[in-house]
Amino acid sequence: MTTKTHVQTTINGEPVDFLCEPRQSLLECLRDVIGLTGTKEGCNDGNCGACTVNIDGRIVTSCLVLGVEAQGASIETIEGIADGTNLHPIQLAFLEGAALQCGICTPGFIVATKALLEKNPDPTEHEIRFWLANNLCRCTGYDKIVRAVQEAAKKMQEA
Amino acid sequence: MALVFIPSQMQALTNGQARVEVEGTNVKQIIENLDKLHSGFINRLLDEGNLKPSISIAVDGDIITMGLIEKVHPNSEVHFLPAISGGN
Amino acid sequence: MTTKDYDRNVVLSTQNDFKVVGTRPVRHDGVDKVTGRAIYGADYDASGLLHGKILRSPHAHAKILSIDTSKAEALDGVQAVVTAADFPETADKTMELGEDETKLRDLRGNILAKDKVLYVGHAIAGVAASNPHVAEEALSLIEIKYEVLPSVMTTDEAMADGAPILHEDQTTEELGNDSGIVSNVAKHFQHIKGDVAEGFKQAEVIVEREYNTVTVHQGYIAPHNGTAFWSADGRLHIWCETQGSFVVRDSLADLLDIPVSMIRVTPTEIGGGFGGKIPIYVEPVAALLSKKTGTPVKIVMSRKETFEGSGPTPGSKIKIKVGATSDGKITAAHAWMAMEAGAYAGSPVGAAAQCVFAAYDLENGLIDGFDVVVNKPKTAAYRAPGSPNAAFGFEQALNELAEKLGMDPIDLRLKNVATEGTRRVDGPVFQRIGAKEVLEAMREHPHYQSEKKSGSGRGVAIGFWFNIGFDSACNIALNKDGTVNLTEGSTDIGGSRTSIAMQAAEVLGISAEDVRPSVVDTDTVGFTAVTGGSRTTFATGWAAYEAAQDVKKQCIERAASIWDVNAENLQMEDGVISSKSDSELKMTLKELGAQLSDTGGGITGRASVKPRGVGGSFCGNIVDLSIDEETGKITIERFTAIQDAGKAIHPSYVEGQMQGGSAQGIGWALNEEYFMNDEGRMTNSSLLDYRMPTALDLPMIDTVIVEVANPGHPFGVRGVGEANIVPPTPAIANAVYDSSGNRITQLPMSPVAILEAFKS
Repeated sequence: MTTKTHVQTTINGEPVDFLCEPRQSLLECLRDVIGLTGTKEGCNDGNCGACTVNIDGRIVTSCLVLGVEAQGASIETIEGIADGTNLHPIQLAFLEGAALQCGICTPGFIVATKALLEKNPDPTEHEIRFWLANNLCRCTGYDKIVRAVQEAAKKMQEA
Repeated sequence: MALVFIPSQMQALTNGQARVEVEGTNVKQIIENLDKLHSGFINRLLDEGNLKPSISIAVDGDIITMGLIEKVHPNSEVHFLPAISGGN
Repeated sequence: MTTKDYDRNVVLSTQNDFKVVGTRPVRHDGVDKVTGRAIYGADYDASGLLHGKILRSPHAHAKILSIDTSKAEALDGVQAVVTAADFPETADKTMELGEDETKLRDLRGNILAKDKVLYVGHAIAGVAASNPHVAEEALSLIEIKYEVLPSVMTTDEAMADGAPILHEDQTTEELGNDSGIVSNVAKHFQHIKGDVAEGFKQAEVIVEREYNTVTVHQGYIAPHNGTAFWSADGRLHIWCETQGSFVVRDSLADLLDIPVSMIRVTPTEIGGGFGGKIPIYVEPVAALLSKKTGTPVKIVMSRKETFEGSGPTPGSKIKIKVGATSDGKITAAHAWMAMEAGAYAGSPVGAAAQCVFAAYDLENGLIDGFDVVVNKPKTAAYRAPGSPNAAFGFEQALNELAEKLGMDPIDLRLKNVATEGTRRVDGPVFQRIGAKEVLEAMREHPHYQSEKKSGSGRGVAIGFWFNIGFDSACNIALNKDGTVNLTEGSTDIGGSRTSIAMQAAEVLGISAEDVRPSVVDTDTVGFTAVTGGSRTTFATGWAAYEAAQDVKKQCIERAASIWDVNAENLQMEDGVISSKSDSELKMTLKELGAQLSDTGGGITGRASVKPRGVGGSFCGNIVDLSIDEETGKITIERFTAIQDAGKAIHPSYVEGQMQGGSAQGIGWALNEEYFMNDEGRMTNSSLLDYRMPTALDLPMIDTVIVEVANPGHPFGVRGVGEANIVPPTPAIANAVYDSSGNRITQLPMSPVAILEAFKS
């Protein structure tokens, strides 16, 4: 058995320590070591975006980050988006916009959208499509996702 | 009598006839009586007395759901079709 | 909370006297899916869980001479290794998989190859280990000796004289008779109506052309997965992403030769399917590994394995000949179609044959279909399987015909459109269908009426897919507060829990929110066939309708006992039971629920149905696009999908099906393909190189839901899942022609292919 490394992180605002092998990705650590399975695996090579998380303010595909690289980092996953039982406006917009079908890509889209709207509160349709181009959805054709992002932006600006 | 449409791949059994009039009040009787007129249909359509899964039967345009006990009326149309489904 | 209605999504409704049907409630499973709480197959965990991996063939065609697993078994952390030798030996038989039939021997052979590997990616052995990395290491220690054989990758190669043969015992079924000839052609069949030779003699204009398509994948985002636990008492429990938990259960019973009652399949949430998650792949391997280890074993495919080791949809060769008189009446049409089945017989060519001319009333038609095995993965269903391939040919030929006749392409289609009473070329007569209404809605749509942007091209096409009926079951229990719990067995891929619950709510006169639907395991609800064939909202919705009727009847009978009146004098509307003659007698479902226990016990409605009255659905597209002449890249500028839904239970999710099917069709048209090298290996088995549409590649997809009620369904429902993937490829090819004058007859229309076509 490979020697494991002790990694200290903050996940969704709470301190989390875990042990991981050098070859384990952050995605694997989140899902199999820490038990946060809301972050999904679709390709394990950075092309589908289902494993998108936010690390220190930047969105990354967690399958391309090693667990040991998360030392000292602050990580936000889909489990940290809602405030208790109060859904985030983006989550509400996805629900009300029927912007999910099978739902496997949804966590990645929501984490990516939150980062977009923090950076650019009033994006154009093209800016939304450009930002979300690393998140694949095979069910919706993106129409209702783009509209949900527009709706969330509107709601968040009004708030 | 019901009008049975013979698919081209089974017309060898009927000497090329595309439509055959057959007596019977349910699908089982239709198949048995068809086999009496043109031997070989039981073999082609049934497997140990049950409809083969590869075959769908339509009576009057509807794919039947009662199998061999499905009722057939005197002027019904009966079709043998390949079974089909889809992907979503 | 309800879902939004956008003005670019239109519902042309014919029937609006419903209270719940046709509204847009938020889906019941939505919150779990936007918060990451929903459990998909790969998320499943169990005490002592082991991880399984599968060794796959590097060769497209080879004999397996020997397999030595001893070094793998000796690796630290490895708990078990299995091969085909671990399957029980039972007599061969034909199995019904709910979508197509297959031979038990072929299914076993595809899950773990025995004597021969038939494609790159063909599974050979499974390993269970304490973690997935150790299992992967172990795979590299399994030693296999092969005798590599020449391979065939296309129908042309497979059908050629002297072609290498995949199955020495496969002889061609030629028009229903065993020809006795050993060949890669499993079957040649025909459908004939009228006399095509005579029909072509009457034709004043004839179009004749050949079209080719290549292998594409469903591209669901979650790879195949399954966890198995074979307990000491012989019970096998499976947790997996499947479109048909009962198909998994029944197939496993045959594959493993154990009683059906000993197997329980729990369908987890499912990360896409589109037909590809009907067959089983990893579940039996996990089961065999669990049997050896006595612990749960989970197998999750990688993306590469999903491309190489699951079931894509076939490449095909289609030849179309169609003739018409100068006024646009089609006099004859012939479709010749050969489709790749993959490694084992059973391509969707049979379905393609029943779809190719479905939209049209032809006096003379001939369809030839060839089912051909090649050294590629065994194909599986993909959204309207076979129909898009066929439409890529025929719907282009029709536009070519329209141009020669100087007719509008929609007018040509309307002149020949199939309606109620039309006899199809494959025999049966259509009942009420909506092909004409869809074409009329296309012609009147503002998109079709608008001026094209300068330099862009416009194309149209329509497509057909069936609904299948099949078995569905549903239970509904009335709670003490008048809400109900509904259990059903149809995997929910795109919001079907809600569209099923809404049909029960409509009957009971309560809100969709007062129905709590659950998709349950195979021990908990009656037999339910696959979520496939556009049947779920139609058939399981029908089961919910019947179960709700059962609840309603029992509620009325109970109220009659409580009031000591005749049940025939009572009615139930809007969730209130009342007397038709005595206005004093009134009781809400909530009031009844509260006294159930004191008046004889609970009320549970149930239904198992196998509906007939299945209708088909037609979908049409209008597409505008532009082509960058320097790079060959096509940009879709405007896209409209128009589909007959019969009655849209939840319009937002009907639109979602139409938009999703359109996007998959656009991907198929423009970019998606398996690149195969000379060794028969796919060289683009990643989501970077297998180029599915991203958000940036697509415009908004406008929709029109046409409602031509299906007289066979209590609410008029037609399944809408599939027909929408059929028209995009020909509509886009027609637009490319309109824009450039180049007729593209080969998919995909990638930038390279467009530049090539423009050069010649």
